[in-house]
Amino acid sequence: MQEMTVISTPAESPKARPAARKNRSSGAQRRAVAMFIAPFAVLFIAFYAIPIVYAVIQSLLTVEREGTFGRPQQVFGGLVQYEQVFQNTAFWQSVGRVLLFGAVQVPIMLGLALLFALLLDSPLLRGKKFFRLAFFAPYAVPGVIAAIMWGFLYSPSLSPFGPVTSTIDFLGADLVLWAIANIVTWVYVGYNMLIIYASLLAIPHEIYEAARLDGASNIQIAWRIKIPLVVPAIILTAVFSIIGTLQLLAEPQTLRSFSSAISSTYTPNLAVYTTASIPNYNLAAAFSVVLALATFILSFVFLKATQRKVSQ
Amino acid sequence: MSRSAAMLIMGVFTLYFLTPIWWLLTTSTKTGGEITSTAPLWFTANSLGTFFDNLGRLFTYGDGLFGRWLLNSALYAGVGALIGTIIAAMCGYALAKYEFRGREAIFNVVLSGVLVPATALALPLFLIFSRVELTNTMLAVFLPSLVSPFGVYLARIYAAASVPNELLEAARLDGSGEIRTFFSLSTRLMAPALVTIFLFQFVAIWNNFFLPLIMLRDQALFPVTLGLYAWNSQISQIPELRSLVIVGALVSIVPLIIAFLALQRFWSSGLGAGSVK
Repeated sequence: MQEMTVISTPAESPKARPAARKNRSSGAQRRAVAMFIAPFAVLFIAFYAIPIVYAVIQSLLTVEREGTFGRPQQVFGGLVQYEQVFQNTAFWQSVGRVLLFGAVQVPIMLGLALLFALLLDSPLLRGKKFFRLAFFAPYAVPGVIAAIMWGFLYSPSLSPFGPVTSTIDFLGADLVLWAIANIVTWVYVGYNMLIIYASLLAIPHEIYEAARLDGASNIQIAWRIKIPLVVPAIILTAVFSIIGTLQLLAEPQTLRSFSSAISSTYTPNLAVYTTASIPNYNLAAAFSVVLALATFILSFVFLKATQRKVSQ
Repeated sequence: MSRSAAMLIMGVFTLYFLTPIWWLLTTSTKTGGEITSTAPLWFTANSLGTFFDNLGRLFTYGDGLFGRWLLNSALYAGVGALIGTIIAAMCGYALAKYEFRGREAIFNVVLSGVLVPATALALPLFLIFSRVELTNTMLAVFLPSLVSPFGVYLARIYAAASVPNELLEAARLDGSGEIRTFFSLSTRLMAPALVTIFLFQFVAIWNNFFLPLIMLRDQALFPVTLGLYAWNSQISQIPELRSLVIVGALVSIVPLIIAFLALQRFWSSGLGAGSVK
């Protein structure tokens, strides 16, 4: 009882807090922490940690047969699979393709998302609620469905834009990558816009008033105050977009029934899927590991690079 | 920038975002022949009748497979996101509100989990599940989707910001146990974040393609997206599937739009949480 009174004293100095906390960190609390964390920890280990370890192990194995018709046996093959990964031109072409895709699509999408968020946050617009919903609506359309829908819209015979689609072949080898980029942009702009908009709403309005008193225009306020303050939100959306780009699968795989220009190894994930259905699980596992590492490193480097810039 | 320029930009992009959905709606009210022969972005004289015809065919084709797919999706995404949200919230809350050894280590592991693409996990999960003979079961899609590292991250940030320590101390004074305090008090304060986590996870599971694609063979277990994908790839052999795919696509996006509209009040206030540092 006495102990508790001490803790609830409001005048308690911040320094005294951790000490008080430690004293009080009772068995009941420790048990509670264990109960709160255990379910997630178990599932995370089962469906994240173990699969990653398993993929790494599989990628180091190789299948050997005794003679042509002998029983296949898995033996340790060291980095044999990884040598194959590095020699696989189709895979590296697909990696190059999604990197090009990301370098163009991500800045366009986030640029638009930022523009829409700034407009929503400005005093210029009427009917903000309508625009917010209209722009966000495509996010309710799963990638597969969006690809089916746009596949029809791109097809000359079905498209409501017949004159356009019969002169420009969106599903041909030259443009199909950008046809996919358009689908991804269409689905995700509104979602990214809302994340940036939510963080714009969190900026206290006193800052704007002070800037106006100094004679700043709306554009100056947007450029000098709003954009710098929403950089964390933009970084978050950028990291998710990078991960999404390297994962591209549903859209190209679905569009394959509309376009013959998409090969079975068009994106890295398609290559993994195709290799796994041959089946060559060991090589597919090696692809997965390389891809997961690349995604991880790219996101991590991007996070670190931008964080340094922000703190300077 | 002037008001009219701003409105013009937003107006043009409204067309960009809504035209495809509008096309899906008008095309769902047409027969296979009418799709190419009538005005693509408008209705026909008999739109309503044809629409119900199409719906009837959609739900009866292949012994009501489509209804089954919708139910499967609702189960995978609805129940999966609900349980996943509770699990993520408990973990994030513990990381925010208790000090214990290994706290930062656990959080860092969870954070790196956010950066691991889910599709990279699908293949090893398939290999593991085929060892324990779980492939081609509902559990194979359901269980992995319960894990949401991003949910834990959001829950931690939001719990730290919105559950005051003083309130927890007061609850302890009143003799409320830690677990009861969490479920009766803290979850209420964290409600916007919980709705956001639920929606994120619901959408992620609803949209997940690789995992069901690789795990499931039996069409009766498909989620609606994989089912429509399967129909769509058979259109060249079975042309009548084309109008079913279009109506099916429309029907399948309705639940998500309703969920977003219904929960909008909550998630729009929780959405900013992830980006606030």
